[in-house]
Amino acid sequence: MDTRTQEFLDYVQSGGQVETGDWMPDEYRARLVKFIEMHGNSELMGVLPERDWILRAPTLQRKLALTAKIQDEVGHAQLIYRVVEDLGKPRGACLDDLVSGKAKFHNVFHYPTRTWGDVGVIAWLVDAAAIVSQKALLKCSYAPYARIMKKICWEESFHILHGRDVILAMITGTPEQFELVQEALDRWWEPLMHFHGNRIPAEEDPMYVWRIKSQANEDARQEFLDGYVSQIRELGLEIPDPSLRKDEETDRWLYTEPDWEKLRAVVTGHGPASEERLAFRRLSRQDVAWVEKVVLAEAA
Amino acid sequence: MIYEVFRQERKGQPLQHAGTVTAPNERFAEIYAREQYGRRQESVALWLVPRDAVSEIDEFPDEFDLKYRRVDGYSIKARLREAREKAGTLELAPEGDR
Repeated sequence: MDTRTQEFLDYVQSGGQVETGDWMPDEYRARLVKFIEMHGNSELMGVLPERDWILRAPTLQRKLALTAKIQDEVGHAQLIYRVVEDLGKPRGACLDDLVSGKAKFHNVFHYPTRTWGDVGVIAWLVDAAAIVSQKALLKCSYAPYARIMKKICWEESFHILHGRDVILAMITGTPEQFELVQEALDRWWEPLMHFHGNRIPAEEDPMYVWRIKSQANEDARQEFLDGYVSQIRELGLEIPDPSLRKDEETDRWLYTEPDWEKLRAVVTGHGPASEERLAFRRLSRQDVAWVEKVVLAEAA
Repeated sequence: MIYEVFRQERKGQPLQHAGTVTAPNERFAEIYAREQYGRRQESVALWLVPRDAVSEIDEFPDEFDLKYRRVDGYSIKARLREAREKAGTLELAPEGDR
């Protein structure tokens, strides 16, 4: 490692933050682009499972709230792609790599939403898991990304509220409604345990070394479990992992080891809904190409 | 074109850099910024500045070492001690301030 890179590393490791125009090592820039681009892709792909339910939402109020959440998520994608563009990769190139399957998006968006129960579990628990990661990004060494994360976290907290309200309405409803929530939780528990990634120690995780992330994967998962296991159980729901318990001595959660091979397969495009989602994204990209043309023509 | 967006959260507070929007012209930039940074009533004002219009200064060389403009340019402590000794009041000063 050359002196300049070492100085940069020392700087970010001691809490220093970097702006767009500052010098940065190529490896740092490449890792930022890949990570932030995947975040943008995830926001954009994340609206598809929810979009399926706009027309089927049970009340007008829910329809409006769901539509607002979807608008938020697409807005996050726009903000995040702007950050990637300033790092050197244009938005068009990001979208090309997304629809061609070259770039990744988050594991939880490769699964179908079977019932309204899934919509509630996504808004409540998937967004809760996401907010743990995103809060840790508020301290990201790349300042423009950390700044937009403030707004993103703030909006995600709305989504958790919306999700919790959906879940509580169903839990306090008919036995069939309760069952829909339990079934959705059974389906989503594995993806949720995959969500924060494998147990790579922080010092070996390049994302932590460069202080792009400020937390080890396992610490994020522990934080999620700390916050939500009791909230799930107090509703009378059963978490589908008989080994899940808190070790009093270490103050850490113990759980059945997730199948990491499966996670790898899902995020490389072999999830149950991966192909369908990408096909839809390709189609909608063609469908709305005229909007871009019209906007640019009017501006010219 | 890229516009830098600054937002003010409440009246009287400074406008702070919030992020950027890409738009083909100012009219679209206003619409996008309003959607992105104001639709939940989180701002009372937004400033949009084309990135090209921003002049940045990020180096502040001090070739002549103008110490008298900086806090480290004044050695109060040693002088104060000397003055107190001269006046015979050194013992009266608090322990941490000698």
